[in-house]
Amino acid sequence: MKTTVVKSSRHELANACLNVLHQQGRFITMVASDEGERGLDRFVVRYLFAIEGKTEIVLVESVIPQDDPTYASVSSWLPATSWAEREAFDLFGLRALGHPDLRPLVLHEHWPEGVYPLRKEYAMTQTQPRDESRSWTYPQVEGEGVFEVPVGPIHAGVIEPGHFRFQVMGDSVLHVEAKLFYTHRGIEKSSEGMDLTQGLELAERICGVCSVSHALSYVQAIESIAHTEVPRRAKFLRVLLAEMERLYNHVGDIGNMCAGIGYAYGINHGARLKEQLMQMQDRIVGHRFLRGAIALGGVANDISEEKFTIINTTMQQVQQELTEIVEQILSHDIVIQRFAKTGVLSEEVARELSAVGPAARASHYDLDVRKDLPYAAYDELQFAVPIFEEGDVLARFKQRYLEAQQSFQLIEQVIEQIPQGDICVPLGELPLYSYGIGITESARGENVHFVMIGEGQTIYRYHVRSASYANWPAVAFAIPGNIIPDFPLINKSFELCYACCDR
Amino acid sequence: MIAVLKRLWNHGIATIPKEELLQLGDGVHGESSEVRSIEQQLPLAIKKVFGRSLHIRQVDSGSCNGCEFEITALMNPVYDIQRFGIDFVASPRHADMLLVTGGVTRNLEEALRKTYEAMASPKMLVAVGACACGEGILGPNYANFGGVDKLFPVAVYVPGCPPRPQAILEGILRAIERAHEIK
Repeated sequence: MKTTVVKSSRHELANACLNVLHQQGRFITMVASDEGERGLDRFVVRYLFAIEGKTEIVLVESVIPQDDPTYASVSSWLPATSWAEREAFDLFGLRALGHPDLRPLVLHEHWPEGVYPLRKEYAMTQTQPRDESRSWTYPQVEGEGVFEVPVGPIHAGVIEPGHFRFQVMGDSVLHVEAKLFYTHRGIEKSSEGMDLTQGLELAERICGVCSVSHALSYVQAIESIAHTEVPRRAKFLRVLLAEMERLYNHVGDIGNMCAGIGYAYGINHGARLKEQLMQMQDRIVGHRFLRGAIALGGVANDISEEKFTIINTTMQQVQQELTEIVEQILSHDIVIQRFAKTGVLSEEVARELSAVGPAARASHYDLDVRKDLPYAAYDELQFAVPIFEEGDVLARFKQRYLEAQQSFQLIEQVIEQIPQGDICVPLGELPLYSYGIGITESARGENVHFVMIGEGQTIYRYHVRSASYANWPAVAFAIPGNIIPDFPLINKSFELCYACCDR
Repeated sequence: MIAVLKRLWNHGIATIPKEELLQLGDGVHGESSEVRSIEQQLPLAIKKVFGRSLHIRQVDSGSCNGCEFEITALMNPVYDIQRFGIDFVASPRHADMLLVTGGVTRNLEEALRKTYEAMASPKMLVAVGACACGEGILGPNYANFGGVDKLFPVAVYVPGCPPRPQAILEGILRAIERAHEIK
């Protein structure tokens, strides 16, 4: 993966970013950082773009002085950057001039104004008193018969916290505003100063169910700095682990989407098959969520032939059952009536907001980093990326099912083709203040990690843009026009994680 | 419909029998003979302390979603904890036990406090997972308290990252055993 850096003045950022967009650039994320310690004045913002049709990343970079921490906002031209710019204002105090909506995002209303925790001078354990004078503002719809429905942050089931404010007319939703970042744990701050192995453990815990994907993004970022070539066997094992993770998520999500309409048959079989896969993972690597399997420079443990046989047998069984179950689910009239034409995400919105993963592909946005920016051994394996046009719940359901089928095939290919050899190599040299980018495809879409190395081989700056972070703004566009009871279903069809969005 | 019934007939029952439930961990989970006897006591203990059933309110106070997945797994057809009279409820006012995951973020402090206060006494709180127990990889920082016991008294700690479903079940039982100590 080639990385090209474009330097720009902070007032000309929009032009520089639009130039890249015109060269078939796709916005990935924006990383802000405080680099005063390396002698810069003082903050840096980096807009990351992937170039369609090339294995190349372009960074548009700009330095922002301490005396006047402002820069020209890009979000009016490129709405996908909106959240990243709001986050940079919350955490670093970098004001995006001309941003249409610079309300707080990550730090809620009780956080005092003018305190920026990700600046280097802010001590790790320093806390702030609660500021009770501020309040959170939601856009409101006015008119006769319009009501407001608040939901959350604590929900009825065993699910993660988030607040949703619906503006409704009768049952129909006119507008929904999500207040997220309740589970903001300060992961990026806590990582600073950690050694790289500890950082890997932290990366695995950003999201419970995308451990492999996050760990891989993290190690790939560091391996790209060190120019470390991972052994071929390790590359194949990485694909195996990544696909096992994608698979149990897809199978679980197929069941979960049935929970959105209370279809017990689908819920229970989905949960049962997912459990079967997780128990197998426990037997193979010793962790139900595959934690501890990825290592810097390769993988932590080899997988024996005996274990490959276990995987093969389980896969055949699960594949056959999943096929039968999905056939059964899709032959049910009520399922089709509830799924079809519900929660449509248009291709235009998906592209404008740089949506990713199965949700984007179900809206005819053809992108998959396993193909576009291949990593591990994906370039040596045969697989097709399914794509749908409708963008509704049904399309996302079928998308997951077909992707699960691809995962079965990929796992089979890995087991057939895996070469013998080493599974881990030591890292090369890591120069101070050098940075790397790692991108992998999880079951929810691409997870992007940015790692900058500090003194004594520690982490200086760590930024994570998860797939959920990219897709949450798109969910709000899929809801209006639907009825409130369909909200849980639409939400489940995107299956976004709060933990890795909030970090 | 016939296909559904046929599948049922062919597949049989997925649920793990009570006697085997806590042996799955292959010794990872401790002495299996001891654990089994605890498991057999579970419905008895619930009956003795709570009448017939145990109602739990779960709150995510900033976990990575791993613990939620394992708690949800307890309700799948394989573990099926509802057969022991345990169920998860929406309102904290209906709950006998509060199951907290995550190390309490600043953004969730208020929501957790309100949930805790809404519960009827005795307020039995079980901390699930390394973060909630205060031993997670993420220490206290500007956004995270780093442990539930920094705010509320905890009856039982269930360590693990995340703990297996069986371990969570055992933690629930230990809390029931201690119910008389909690005011």
